[in-house]
Amino acid sequence: MSVPKQYLDPEIECSSADEMRQIQSERLKHMVKHAYENVPLYKERMKDMGVSPDDIHSIDDLHKLPFTVKDDLRNTYPFGMFAVPKEELVRIHASSGTTGKQTVVGYTKNDIEVWSRSVARALTSIGTTKSDYVHVSYGYGLFTGGLGLHYGAEYLGATAIPVSSGNTKRQVQILQDYGSNILCCTPSYAMYIGETAREMGIDTKQLPLRAGFFGAEPWTEHMRQELEAILNIKAYDIYGLSEIAGPGVAFECPAQQGMHINEDFFYPEIIDPDTEEVLPDGEFGELVFTCIGKEALPLIRYRTRDICKLERGTCSCGRTLVKMCKPKGRTDDMLIIRGINVFPSQIEAVLLSLNMDPNYQIVVDRANNMDRLEVQVEMTASMFQDTLKSLTEIERKIAAALQSILNISAKVRLLEPKSIPRSEGKAKRVIDNRHLQ
Amino acid sequence: MQLKQISVFLENKSGRLSRVTQILKEANIDILALCVADSNEYGIVRMIVDKPAKAMEELEKSKFTVSLTNVIGVTIPDSAGGLATVIDLLAKQNISMEYIYAFTSRKIGEAIIILRVEDTQSAIEILTDHHVKLITHNEIIRE
Ligand SMILES: [Zn+2]
Repeated sequence: MSVPKQYLDPEIECSSADEMRQIQSERLKHMVKHAYENVPLYKERMKDMGVSPDDIHSIDDLHKLPFTVKDDLRNTYPFGMFAVPKEELVRIHASSGTTGKQTVVGYTKNDIEVWSRSVARALTSIGTTKSDYVHVSYGYGLFTGGLGLHYGAEYLGATAIPVSSGNTKRQVQILQDYGSNILCCTPSYAMYIGETAREMGIDTKQLPLRAGFFGAEPWTEHMRQELEAILNIKAYDIYGLSEIAGPGVAFECPAQQGMHINEDFFYPEIIDPDTEEVLPDGEFGELVFTCIGKEALPLIRYRTRDICKLERGTCSCGRTLVKMCKPKGRTDDMLIIRGINVFPSQIEAVLLSLNMDPNYQIVVDRANNMDRLEVQVEMTASMFQDTLKSLTEIERKIAAALQSILNISAKVRLLEPKSIPRSEGKAKRVIDNRHLQ
Repeated sequence: MQLKQISVFLENKSGRLSRVTQILKEANIDILALCVADSNEYGIVRMIVDKPAKAMEELEKSKFTVSLTNVIGVTIPDSAGGLATVIDLLAKQNISMEYIYAFTSRKIGEAIIILRVEDTQSAIEILTDHHVKLITHNEIIRE
């Protein structure tokens, strides 16, 4: 067996800041010209702003360019923002628009190469080699998860097992019989696979499975510990969105402290979602990407709506690729309560810190021009003792933690289990009644 | 010498209490005593039933939050101020009372007082020393 490679592209992943800026500047100039000439929306928008591709000399000029939002893709549905003729396209994906029209994305042969290479870097980072079996339990289809990880594994020379999602007992059988080494799926599905293995009486310690990439939905550090325990693996986060490419835009390294962004292909910025001003590293704001390495859909300053911060420097893994934190929420979910930004994920963290199950709902309304926040928490057997005073004490404890950690005063209300409505396993976390009259 | 009491957490919404009694009825569980403690938003239903373990299982199956609590059941001494005597005994020994409720057992034909105290074991010793009759589970189940 050969010693596993640490990096797929060491000259990129561990480059100096200057080298990286040079690559980014060259690619940006090229892509802006390409977008301007081939996407009517960009030509129009740049003309309106009085900017031409000739004004872009380096990555430092990025702030002169217009933003792109999801609605731009919806309004030009399906192919209006594609910058290449049909014969150049080799693949189409689409996002499952839970609200409104879906967004369609296209890839040239080179785009697939860029994406696959990004995923292959991620897989290499967590120790995947050519002799590994990569078990892909993401859904295959219009969703980017399945094919994204699949092509990344093949690019690296590993063996992709395209199991797709569903039929969980068979998944476990394959993990065991084929000896899969790396698992890729959503964190909640990974958990389900682990539970199913346990029910089937299979000891996951006996499986060759040693690591996994889990993404496409938010998950917590707490869930990481549970996943690592139930599957006896190292669990890593992977980030991406179809508009930019798919999974692999950013990935966790063995340090498990933030995700490295493949910034030679996907240039990140953090902006204030209200003023659209670029924020310095370390500050939380909306994550924005410019696709400097793509042909079919060269999105400029695409607003992801994820709230995030960036961190530069040399990571303990040796990479210099900029890191993004786990998104701490969505701009759509961000609540402003009496002037303070609150994310559902923060409420969740507070409950977890109190060793309570994070089954909660936030209800906001306004009375006498004052925002009122109510945090509703489902009772569990472990929280319940049979005196009213112990229940009042639980409410007091949660309210005190919200006050001291998030600096918000909230009314806490205990609910019966399963009383928060769930659709397809996902609970609606925020009910904002302030806009209703 | 302790009784097993079932406690159920309920939101103050109509129909929840009747749902609990319905579930128990369908499982053929006999409710011997029931009392509700509530605030504006939620309450706790406390019950003495003939099959506590089965009751707990059935209610959990229907997604209720349930706990099993040890309580003390005593019959009131047959004299004036009987209840006051019992409370007094415990108070003198600094046993603090969480709650108290009463029901009549048809089988015994007497009023039974249910006590939940912080230190159950000491309370049992004190009551036994003073010849207060403690009730066991089997004594109150209807045949
Ligand atoms: Zn690293």
